Amino acid sequence: MSLKGKAYIMGAWEHPTRDAPDKTSAQLHAESARGALADAGLSFDDVDGYFCAGDAPGFGGMSMVDYMGLRNVRHLDSTETGGSSYILHVGHAVQAIAAGKCQVALITLAGRPRQGQGGRPGGGGARPGQLSDGPPEAGFENIYGGSTHNTYGMCAMRHMHEYGTTSEQLAWIKVAASHHAQWNEHAFLKDVVTVEDVVNSRMIADPLHLLDCCVVTDGGGALIVTSPEVARSLNRPKIKVIGAGEAPKGPSGGHGLDLTYSGAVWSGPRAFEEAGVTPADIKYASIYDSFTITVLMQLEDLGFCAKGQGGRFVADGNLISGVGKLPFNTDGGGLCNNHPTNRGGITKVIEAVRQLRGEAHPKVQVANCDLALAHGTGGSLGTRHGAATVILERE
Amino acid sequence: MSEAEAKPAGRAIPAPAVTVESKPFWDAAAEGRFLIKRCTACGKAHWYPRAICPFCASDDTVWERSPGEGEIYTFSIMRRSPTGPYVIGYVTLDEGPAVLTNFVDCDPDSLRIGQRVKVRFQPTEGGPPAPVFRPA
Repeated sequence: MSLKGKAYIMGAWEHPTRDAPDKTSAQLHAESARGALADAGLSFDDVDGYFCAGDAPGFGGMSMVDYMGLRNVRHLDSTETGGSSYILHVGHAVQAIAAGKCQVALITLAGRPRQGQGGRPGGGGARPGQLSDGPPEAGFENIYGGSTHNTYGMCAMRHMHEYGTTSEQLAWIKVAASHHAQWNEHAFLKDVVTVEDVVNSRMIADPLHLLDCCVVTDGGGALIVTSPEVARSLNRPKIKVIGAGEAPKGPSGGHGLDLTYSGAVWSGPRAFEEAGVTPADIKYASIYDSFTITVLMQLEDLGFCAKGQGGRFVADGNLISGVGKLPFNTDGGGLCNNHPTNRGGITKVIEAVRQLRGEAHPKVQVANCDLALAHGTGGSLGTRHGAATVILERE
Repeated sequence: MSEAEAKPAGRAIPAPAVTVESKPFWDAAAEGRFLIKRCTACGKAHWYPRAICPFCASDDTVWERSPGEGEIYTFSIMRRSPTGPYVIGYVTLDEGPAVLTNFVDCDPDSLRIGQRVKVRFQPTEGGPPAPVFRPA
């Protein structure tokens, strides 16, 4: 398939500044974005794809999406190849548009090397005595001792407040993961735990206990995605990607802040729509489990149960393979098995592939597992994060 | 309460990263004034303060003094801390936006969602004082 002529460049704007002592890099990104959008006759609300490289302050594209208040982004790309990034982004944008992943792609570059900062990735620090030019939210957020534990704790606290979710219900998520991990010879934690074990473990960041938290592990993983032609030529079960969705979520200016849901409310439906299936069709789910609350919120947001019903859904072993209705994280997940370099996304896909191939441990293998979902949330649910969902089918 | 009278929290607050965009906020903080940004084009206040409105993309944003009053949206008590527990959370300001902060001058276990709180400024390690909130 050729991508020739599949997309158009309809806005282009060069910032007039050559020396910007009075503006931040984030501001220059946003002003540049506004200039290009105005040139095209479009607005920030029309943007559904955002592309940036290492000059964008913050964590991938998420800080700039939040800074600019982009509300409709469904495709993110922060590929970094130095000064050629933005030309490469044009090619990636064409691919995304041709694939129907977005319709209006915004590509931005900005920085202030003349101010001694922000010129290149990793070089964003200010000189002594100079003003910072790091992530725009940093001064207002990074000073308060936020960590993954307590920012996810804030989500759990609010979820409990609004929906009556209990620590015992959250504990069932860990219990289910531990039931699976006992069969995984590589699992970091192999002991089966009880609800009582979880709620009686020491409090880390209210209301999350030690056993509500994932493990910290060294490690790694890799995936190979191929064309259908290559797939047919290989002697392995064919696991077809039939749906994918993504979405960032952040405080976006702070109005209507709602920490009881994640970006899965957008990434999930996009993946299900593309796949032409529903949550009820899913035989196995890999759900990012940095903390128990992460799982509960994502299950709700993906549509496995109604909002606020996650506590009831996960209780009584409903996530345990062979016991409950939705077997999850049959490798033991991040909660018990592995969370390599504090990033669990790839192990989510790997275990879904094992299940679809029928290569999971026999004690946790889901019978006739032909349709699986892998979903993750990166960054922090309590501040800004990126959600991603894929739906996989055994062919 | 002046800074000198303010009870220091167990956890030292590092110096905030001050940018050219946020400098007016921190200059006012040094004088004990809590500012928020409001857009004169769409009328909405936002947080954290930006030069460009995150709701309508206008750069007609202005600094506005806020009483710094609101209610606790959520919080978490961080127990795993060498300097003792501290509380991180969000305040929903009466002007609308939610602000990430620390809750201080309180028994952490007594805090409740919905509780009224008010800003005060806490010294930081070599930087301007940072806004924190205490029960009103």
